[in-house]
Amino acid sequence: MTASPSGWETVIGLETHVQLSTRTKMFCGCSAAFGDPPNTNVCPVCLGLPGALPVPNEQALKLALRGALALQCTVHARSVFARKNYFYPDLPKGYQISQFEEPLATGGTLGFFSPERGFVMASIVRLHVEEDAGKSLHDRYPRTTAVDLNRSGVPLVEIVTGPDFRSPGEARAYLLELKHLLEYARISDCDLEKGSLRVDANVSVRRTAGDPLGTKTEVKNINSFAFVEKALGLERDRQIAELEGGRPIVQATMLYDSKANAVRHQRTKEHSHDYRYFPDPDLPPLVLPAEWIDEQRATLPELPAAKRERFVAQYGLPRQDAAVLTHTRAVADYYEGVVHAGADPKPAANWVMGEALADAKDHHDTLRVPAATLAELIALVKGGTLSHQAAKKVFGEIAAKGGDPRVIAEALGLIQVADAGALSAWVDQALAASPAEVSRYRAGETKLLAFFVGQVMKASRGKADPKLIPAVLQEKLSR
Amino acid sequence: MSDAVAGARSAADRISKLRRLNAVLTKQTELRKALVAQADAARPTGVLYGMPVAVKANICTLEFQTSCGSRILEDYRSPYDATAVARLKEAGALIAGATNCDEFAMGSSTEHSAFGRTIHPIDKTRVPGGSSGGSAALVAAGAVPAALGSETGGSVRQPASFCGVVGIKPTYGRVSRYGLVAFGSSLDQIGVFGRSVHDAARVLSVISGRDPRDNTCEDRDPLRLPTVPENLDGFVIGVPKEYFPPDLDPGVRRACDRAIRILRELGAAVREVSLPHTPYAVPTYYIIAPAEASSNLARFDGVRYGVRAEGPLPDVRALYRETRGAGFGAEVRRRILIGTYVLSSGYYDAYYRKAQQVRALIAQDFRNVFDRGVDLLFTPTTPTPAFKAGAKLADPVQMYLSDIFVCTANLAGLPALSLPIGRVKGLPIGGQLMGPHFLEDEMLEAAYALERAVPATEEA
Repeated sequence: MTASPSGWETVIGLETHVQLSTRTKMFCGCSAAFGDPPNTNVCPVCLGLPGALPVPNEQALKLALRGALALQCTVHARSVFARKNYFYPDLPKGYQISQFEEPLATGGTLGFFSPERGFVMASIVRLHVEEDAGKSLHDRYPRTTAVDLNRSGVPLVEIVTGPDFRSPGEARAYLLELKHLLEYARISDCDLEKGSLRVDANVSVRRTAGDPLGTKTEVKNINSFAFVEKALGLERDRQIAELEGGRPIVQATMLYDSKANAVRHQRTKEHSHDYRYFPDPDLPPLVLPAEWIDEQRATLPELPAAKRERFVAQYGLPRQDAAVLTHTRAVADYYEGVVHAGADPKPAANWVMGEALADAKDHHDTLRVPAATLAELIALVKGGTLSHQAAKKVFGEIAAKGGDPRVIAEALGLIQVADAGALSAWVDQALAASPAEVSRYRAGETKLLAFFVGQVMKASRGKADPKLIPAVLQEKLSR
Repeated sequence: MSDAVAGARSAADRISKLRRLNAVLTKQTELRKALVAQADAARPTGVLYGMPVAVKANICTLEFQTSCGSRILEDYRSPYDATAVARLKEAGALIAGATNCDEFAMGSSTEHSAFGRTIHPIDKTRVPGGSSGGSAALVAAGAVPAALGSETGGSVRQPASFCGVVGIKPTYGRVSRYGLVAFGSSLDQIGVFGRSVHDAARVLSVISGRDPRDNTCEDRDPLRLPTVPENLDGFVIGVPKEYFPPDLDPGVRRACDRAIRILRELGAAVREVSLPHTPYAVPTYYIIAPAEASSNLARFDGVRYGVRAEGPLPDVRALYRETRGAGFGAEVRRRILIGTYVLSSGYYDAYYRKAQQVRALIAQDFRNVFDRGVDLLFTPTTPTPAFKAGAKLADPVQMYLSDIFVCTANLAGLPALSLPIGRVKGLPIGGQLMGPHFLEDEMLEAAYALERAVPATEEA
C-alpha cells in the first residue's frame, strides 16, 4: 500500500492520544497502573462523587511540557483547562477535563521518512493535556454494560497534526517516529496493547495537489500500527469509489473493524455532539513557572533525529545503520558504550546490529552482553586471537552465562593458533583428505585456494589463524 | 456523662421540639444517636468542643445523607467528610444533622426542596429565605448556636436577613469547597450562620485556610479573629446608591438609615458611592450560575449512585432522560436548560462570554471604590423582609430579584455578611457589610461594633 491510485491525492491528518508515564492519575492520587482488577484504583475524585474536586498532577504537567518541547512546539506559559461536556456511562462527571481555546502548546514539527517522498516535516497544530475516561465493557455480562473506572482520570496528551500526510504509509511512518520520540524522552511507553497510544485520523481525497481539501471523514478505533495503513487505505478507497460513482462524500465518523478488515459508519446519532466547552471553574488557569520550562528543556535527552545525524557524522556510519542503532534509547546507549570501551565504530555497529540485537530479540529486548565485554570481544578479533566465527560462539556463551571473553574462549579451545608446527600439521591433514582437489590445483585451478583454507579451518576446528593459512598452503602445494 | 454528651442530648431535644419547622432532614432518632456518638469521641481540647453545628444538606458528612434537597440523591451517603466538616470535627464540634435547602441550592425560599418547605421560625406563613433556609431557621429558633450553609448568589446572607441571624460569606477561596456539592463552582463558597457575629466568626475561623484538595482555595492560614473594637474611628464606609432604589421597602430603608446613623456615631465616616454595573448583576448571575450548574449536575445520571429510573428502558439515553426527568425538580430542570442553552455553540459568545465580561466590570466597580479609600460597604441585605410562602413560586424572576443585593459579592468573590439591624412589622431585616478580598477581619470588626450598638429586635 503506497501512493494513492492514479488520479487522486490522499490527505490525512492525525489526532493521537498518548498516556503520560506517571505513577498517579491526572487530578487525584490514584494509581494509573494498567491491568488491575476493575474499579480498584478509584477515589471520590475520579469516580466523580458529589463534592469532589480535581487537583492537577505536577508530574503529568512536566511530562506534557516535555512532549511539547520535544515536538518543537511553542509552549504557552498560561493555558486553560476546559470542560468537554457529554453523557456517557464511563464518563463519571458528565464532562472530560481537557483544554480547548488555550492549549498548553501549539505550532510544532516532527520530521519523518515518507515511503514515497523521503524526508517530510509534519506540522503539529496543538498539544493539550486531558484526562482519560473509564472503560465500558460490553461483552462481560449478557445484555449489560459494565464500567471500569480504573482508567478514569489517567493523564493524556492529545497531539494534533495538520493535514500533512499523503498516504496511509506516511501516516504510519509519522506514528512510528512519534512513538519513537515519546519513548526516547520518557514521556510515554506508547504501548498500544494497553491503550497508551490511540489514533484517530481525518481522511479526504482530491483530484490534484493544488485543489482545495475534499470533505473529510474521521476514522476511529485504530488500535495497532499494522491497522493504520489498512484502515486508512480502506477509507481512501471507499471515498474514491464514492466520488468516481458520482456520490459526494458525507462528513462522518467511520469505525475500523479489524476482524472484518472493514470501515463502517458510526451511527450519526452517537456523534452529533455539541460539547459545550467552557473553562473549568474548578481549575485556575495553568501558569507554568519559567524555571519549570527551562528545567524540562535542559533535561530533555538528545532526540532520535539529532542522535541519528550525530552517529552518521561522528562514527562514519551509513544513515541506515545509524537509524537502526538509534531506534531505541537503550540500543543507542549500548552502542555508544561499546565504542567508548574502545571498539572501532564500524565493527561495533555490525556486532550490535547483528549478534546483540538478534540475541535481544529472543530475550525480551534485553541486551545480555555488557557493552564493555562486547568491546573486549571485538578487540580479541581485531588482535587475531579469535576468528570471527569463534567470537560469535563466545558471544553466545557470554549472553547465556556471563563471563570474561578470553577465559571463555580458552575454555572452549577457540584461541587462534599461530604456531607453525600445529598449522603445518592441519594443512597436511587437509591436503591429505582432498587428493583430487590437490591435483586440480596443481593443474592450474588456483582459485581452489579458498576451498583449502576452509578445509584447514575445519581441521583446526576454528583455531587456526585464517590470515596465516594461505602462505603455508601455497608453500606446500607448490612442492 | 461528659459535658459534651449532655450538650449533645439537649441539642437533640431542642431540634426535636422544632420539627414543625422542617429545618432538618435527618431523622430525630438517627440525629440523637449520631450527636451522642460524636460527643463521646470529640476532642476536649478543640476550640469548638461540644458545640453543635448543623450542616446544609449539600455539604458532605459521613454521619448524614447528603441529599442536596433532591429526590435524585435521596438516600445518598458520602464516603468522605467535606474539608469544612472534617475541620469542625477536629475542633471538637458536633455535626448536628443535615439541614433542609432548596434543591441543589437553587432557590431563595427553601420552597424548592424535594422534602417540603422550611417554615419561618417567627411567622409560619412565611419563608425563611434560601437556599440555606433550614440552617438559618434552626439557628434563629435557638436550636444550635451556629450552622453551615452555602452561597452561590446570597444563599446564606438572604436567609440570615429573613430569619434575624448573622450570616457570613467569606472571600472566594477562603474556605475549601472540597465536599460542597457544586452548583456554580466559580461562585460557590461555604458560609456560616451564627446567633452572634462571634459565634459565626469562630466557626468560620475553624473551617478556613488552605486545602490541597481544592485548587481554588487560597494558600493562606486560617482566618484570625479580630478583637471587638471600642469604636469605628478611621473606618470609611461607602453606601452604594444603587442599593437604595426608589421602590425599596420603606421599613427596610428606615432600618438602614438607623444603622448608618449608628455607624457614624461609632466614628465611621460614611459616604455615598456608586457601583454603576449593579443593575446587570442578576442577569449576569442567571447566565453564569446555570451554565456551571448544567455541567456540575451532569454527573447525576443514575449510573453510579443516587436514584435510578426503574423499568424496561430501550437504551442508556432513556435511562438518563427518565432518571433526570424524575429525579430533578422543576427549578433545577429550568436552570439546567438555561445553562445548556447559554453554553451551546452559536450562543456561547452572546451569553456566557458576554456574562463573564460583565462580571469583570462588576468586580471592577468594587475595586474602584475600595481603591479610593473606602474600607467597607453598607447596604440592605434584602429589598424586603421575609415574604409569604408561595408568593413568588409562580414568577421565577421575582424570586431571583430577592437576591439583587447579595449576588454581587459572589460575582466579585468578595467577603460579605448580613447582621440583624431591626424589625419591620415584627419581621427581622438584615444589613449587609462587604469588604475587599481577604479582609474579613476589618469587616468583622465593623460587624462587632454595629451588632453591639444596633437595636436589632426593635421596629425600625
